[in-house]
Amino acid sequence: MMALVIDLLSWALILVGGAFGIIGGIGLLRLPDFFSRIHAASVTDSMCAPCIIAGLMLQSGFTLVTVKLLFLVIFLFLTSPTASHALAKAALHGGLEPGEHYDAGKAPGRKR
Amino acid sequence: MDTFVDIVLLAFLAICAISILTLRDLFAMAMMFGLFSLITAGLFTTMDAPDVAFTEAAVGAGISTILILTTLAQTARREAPRPRHNALLPMVVVWITGAVLIYGTADLPAFGDPDAPAHNHVAPHYLQESPAEIGIPNAVAAVLASYRGFDTWGEVLVVFAAVVGVIALIGLRRRPPGVTAGPVAMEQHDVLRVIAKLVVPVILLFGLYVQFHGEYSPGGGFQAGVIFAAAIILYALVFDLDAARKVIPPGWLNRLPAIGALIFGGVGLVTMLLGGDFLDYDYLREDPRAAQQLGILLVEIGVGVTVASSMLVFYFTFAERGRGRRTGNGETGA
Amino acid sequence: MIIAAIVSILITMALAVTRALLGKTVYDRILAVNVFGTKTVLFIAALAFLNGRPDVLDIALAYALINFIGVIAVLRFFEYDGNGATRPEGE
Repeated sequence: MMALVIDLLSWALILVGGAFGIIGGIGLLRLPDFFSRIHAASVTDSMCAPCIIAGLMLQSGFTLVTVKLLFLVIFLFLTSPTASHALAKAALHGGLEPGEHYDAGKAPGRKR
Repeated sequence: MDTFVDIVLLAFLAICAISILTLRDLFAMAMMFGLFSLITAGLFTTMDAPDVAFTEAAVGAGISTILILTTLAQTARREAPRPRHNALLPMVVVWITGAVLIYGTADLPAFGDPDAPAHNHVAPHYLQESPAEIGIPNAVAAVLASYRGFDTWGEVLVVFAAVVGVIALIGLRRRPPGVTAGPVAMEQHDVLRVIAKLVVPVILLFGLYVQFHGEYSPGGGFQAGVIFAAAIILYALVFDLDAARKVIPPGWLNRLPAIGALIFGGVGLVTMLLGGDFLDYDYLREDPRAAQQLGILLVEIGVGVTVASSMLVFYFTFAERGRGRRTGNGETGA
Repeated sequence: MIIAAIVSILITMALAVTRALLGKTVYDRILAVNVFGTKTVLFIAALAFLNGRPDVLDIALAYALINFIGVIAVLRFFEYDGNGATRPEGE
C-alpha cells in the first residue's frame, strides 16, 4: 500500500516536473523580452528540476543514490538562481533595457 | 526508445554543428562549442560509456569552452568577413573524399557486434580476469591504469608536452611591469561572490571524491584533475587572477605537471627496481591483488596532479596574456 | 514514466536550442545554453535511472558544477576585458 502511494507520488512529481519544463521552454521561445525570458528559464530551474529529482528520489528509497540526488538538487537550487541573477546584472550593465524596445529591428545590446 | 533518444541527440548535434559554421559572432560560437561537447557527452551516456561521458562533459563543455573564451577575450568579437571564392572544386574534393571514407566503413563490423575482432582479442580476458587479478569494480579503471597502463603513461606525457609547449610559447609571467592593478572584475556581483565562495570548496571535495572513487564508479584521475582545476578557475573568474594565483604557491605551478608525470613514471621505475617490468604492479606488495590496487591508486594520483596543474597552467597563461592590454582606446600594455 | 520524463526533457532541450539559435542578443543565447545545460543534467539523471546504473549520477553532479562555471566564464569575458574594466558596450 505504502509502496503504491510512493509510486503514484513519484509518477505525479515527474509528470508535473516535465510539464513545467515544457512550459518554461515555451516561455523561453515566446516571451518578447530578454528579462522576461529569464523568468521562463528559472521556471525550469526552480520547478522542473526539483520535481523530477524529487520523483526520482522517491523511486530509489533510502539509498546513497537519494543522497546524491539531494546534493544535486541543493546545488542546482544554489547555482541556477545565482547564474540567472549574474546574467541579468550583466545584461543591465551591458546596456540592455527591460521592455520590448529592442525587438523592433535595432542592433542587439544597444541602448534605445 | 534508445534509438529515438539517439536520433534526437544526433539531430541536436547536427544543428549545433551547422550553427557553429554559420555564426559570425565568436562568443556565441564558443558557447555552441560547449553545447556540442555537452550533447556528445549525452550521446556517450546513452551508449553506456560513463567514464568517457564524464571526461567529455568536464573537458569539452567546461575547460575547453573557458579556454576558448579566454582567448577570444583578447581578440575580436566578430569574425572578419572572408573573401568570396569559388567553392566548387573544394566541394567536389570534399564530397568525393567523404564518399570514399563512408564506402570504406561499410566493411567494418556492425556497431557493438560481439564477434568483432576488437572484442575477441584481449577484451574477454580483461573483462573476465579483472575481478580475480585486480579486484576493483570499475573495469574501465582497471584496463586504463593496469592492463593498458603504458598507454595511459603516454597520455600523461602528451598532456605534459602540451604544457611545455604552452609555457615555451607564451610563458607564465607575473603582471607586466608598468600595468597597475585595475578595478577588480565582478566587484558588483555580490550574490555571485558569496555563492562562489560557498561552492568552490564543494567542488574541490567533489574532485577528491571522483579521484579516489574512480575505482568503484565512473571517474578517475583525468576527470578529477579537470574538476579540481575548474574549481580554482571559478575562483579566478570571480575573484580575479591575482587571488587565484596565490592558491598555488608561486613556482610550484610550473613544476606540478612534471611532478605528476614523475609520480606515474616513478611507480614504473620502482617496479623495475623491485624486479619486474616497467609498470608491472605485481611487485609492489606481497599479494598481487593488493599490489595492483596500490599501483592503480598511485598512478591515478599522478594523472590527477598532472591534469589539474596542466589545466591551471593553460588558464593562467592565457588569462595573464590578456592583461596589460586595453581594448577600445588604442593603448597597449607592456 | 521515466520515459515520459526523458521525452519532456528532450522537448525542453529542443526549445532551448531553438532559442540559442534564434536569440536576438547574446544574453539570450547564454541563457538558452544555461537552460540546456541544466536540462542535460536532468537528462543524464533520468537516463541513469532508466538504465539502472545509478553510478552515472556522478556525471550529472559534475556537469551541474561545470555548467555553472561555464556560464560565469562567459559572463566574465563578455562583460569585462583583461584588466577588469567593463567592456565598452557593443564591442
